[in-house]
Amino acid sequence: MEKLAQLARIELPESEKEGILNDLKSILGYIDQIEQIQVKDVGPLGVLEDRPLKNIMRTDGGAHESGIYTKEILAEMPEEQDGFLKVQSIL
Amino acid sequence: MIKIDLKTLTIEKAHNFLIKGDFSAVDLTKAYLEEIKKKNKDINAYLEVYEDVIKQAEEADKMIKRGEATMLTGIPLALKDNILVKGHKVTAASKILGDYKGGYDATVIKKLKAQGAVILGRTNMDEFAMGSSTENSAFGVTKNPHDPARVAGGSSGGSAAAVAMDGALFALGSDTGGSVRQPAAFCGVVGLKPTYGAVSRYGLMAMGSSLDQIGPITKTVADAEIIFQAITGHDEMDATSIPVDLRQQEKAGTNLKPKRIGVPRDFMNQEGFDAEVLANFNQSLEKLKKLGYEIVDIELPNAKYSLPVYYILMPAEASTNLSRFDGTRYGLRSVGKNLIETYNKSRGEGFGREVRRRIMLGTYVLSHGYYDAYYNKANKVRNMIEQEFIKAFDIKNGGVDAIATPTNPTPAFKIGEKSKNPLAMYLSDIFTVPANIAGIPAISIPAGFSKDGLPLDLHISAPHFREDILFTIGKEFENYKL
Repeated sequence: MEKLAQLARIELPESEKEGILNDLKSILGYIDQIEQIQVKDVGPLGVLEDRPLKNIMRTDGGAHESGIYTKEILAEMPEEQDGFLKVQSIL
Repeated sequence: MIKIDLKTLTIEKAHNFLIKGDFSAVDLTKAYLEEIKKKNKDINAYLEVYEDVIKQAEEADKMIKRGEATMLTGIPLALKDNILVKGHKVTAASKILGDYKGGYDATVIKKLKAQGAVILGRTNMDEFAMGSSTENSAFGVTKNPHDPARVAGGSSGGSAAAVAMDGALFALGSDTGGSVRQPAAFCGVVGLKPTYGAVSRYGLMAMGSSLDQIGPITKTVADAEIIFQAITGHDEMDATSIPVDLRQQEKAGTNLKPKRIGVPRDFMNQEGFDAEVLANFNQSLEKLKKLGYEIVDIELPNAKYSLPVYYILMPAEASTNLSRFDGTRYGLRSVGKNLIETYNKSRGEGFGREVRRRIMLGTYVLSHGYYDAYYNKANKVRNMIEQEFIKAFDIKNGGVDAIATPTNPTPAFKIGEKSKNPLAMYLSDIFTVPANIAGIPAISIPAGFSKDGLPLDLHISAPHFREDILFTIGKEFENYKL
């Protein structure tokens, strides 16, 4: 449980750990039923291979003018300095 | 100005009044604002009514005067709190976004603004659209306008309640596993989930990216059709938006007009399925028969696995999508000793319990050693389910044009009834989730009331990109009189 919270980058209050563990156990108990289902080995796209869908990449170009959204985006950041997002030191 | 009767108003009626000058867009907007003022403190459908609504309505009136009005000019709507409007606060009913403001208009908003629709405000929801009752909002539960002791459904509970309490003429929600259709059904209004790829999600906060669709909540099926036509279309800003020519190819081989409706009796045989709901559903089938439809039993042996598949794929995708909320770039930042601690604290304090639960579930099913058993297996089962639906709709081989079930196994449940038991809450999505798993369109239509006066419903799904089948059957059904 603690390992999972650490992987998910979520601090859990001590009082919640047991409750969430029980919730997860009951949910996992339910979804475990897919283990018994026999599946045909399908390709990575599966059913999409039978439908006329395909990946379409957007062509490059038509980029907006540099800087037109900067003010709005900076305004939503928790901390900024000189037009940059300020983050905590990493090392 | 004539008296505005919000109860009987539909989009087309309102449009005709506005064009004739019987009342103005400002009059109509004021009528809704008054209704919201009266009812919202009890229902809690709206989190915020925008300050600029009268200004929007004045602009709509100018369009009408200039003769530029279209069907949605001056029509007031409510917006689920996970769709971006430039300059307006948007929070997904979560504390983690703080006072975040949208930096641009979502594509659906661009389309509605171009027509001069009036956006009244943003509505309550389960935090990040995770829930079936709007009890997971950081801003309190939304109550059902038909019975305030009961939930409005979720996750788009605020949007459905807003329409049901005459607090908006229509609303937009998002549907990942039933989040438009289920609350619409609980509140006695219409809810549509379009085909995956039909409506652009640019500007919608992502939950389960392979499942999410934006859809309308309206009072009539005819209104749902109007809104769907207004917001559908290809958008290169959404990589999952499907180009128009491919939509045509997808429809090939289906009937022009629907005739046969399939009923998956086996799949409907679920624990906890309410007897009154079943009796009402059988009555709805009788109506459809009288309207000339052929009702046949069909088998969907794998449809019952939609829910376990959903509760693997959705948390997996959501835990990935929500990793961006880490106290660095937006909203709440709770500072710790180092960067990792800041992540942990910001996410721990900013996310509510259900969101934490689903992120951890998603992290678990994607973790090394479990990935194949859960995530990959679920994707394979999902393919089987989608194949099964395509086969069920294969009319050349005895298939059907549409599939009918109830939307919900029970009428609206009581506030608090399921909030302590997440699995019981998840099971209430049993009939709505398959359409998201298969990517097909589906609609929930009001179908009368229970003995206790709670709205009951009918759920119809159709082949990919055949929303028109839902509208044809739905309009005939809602106009049916004995």
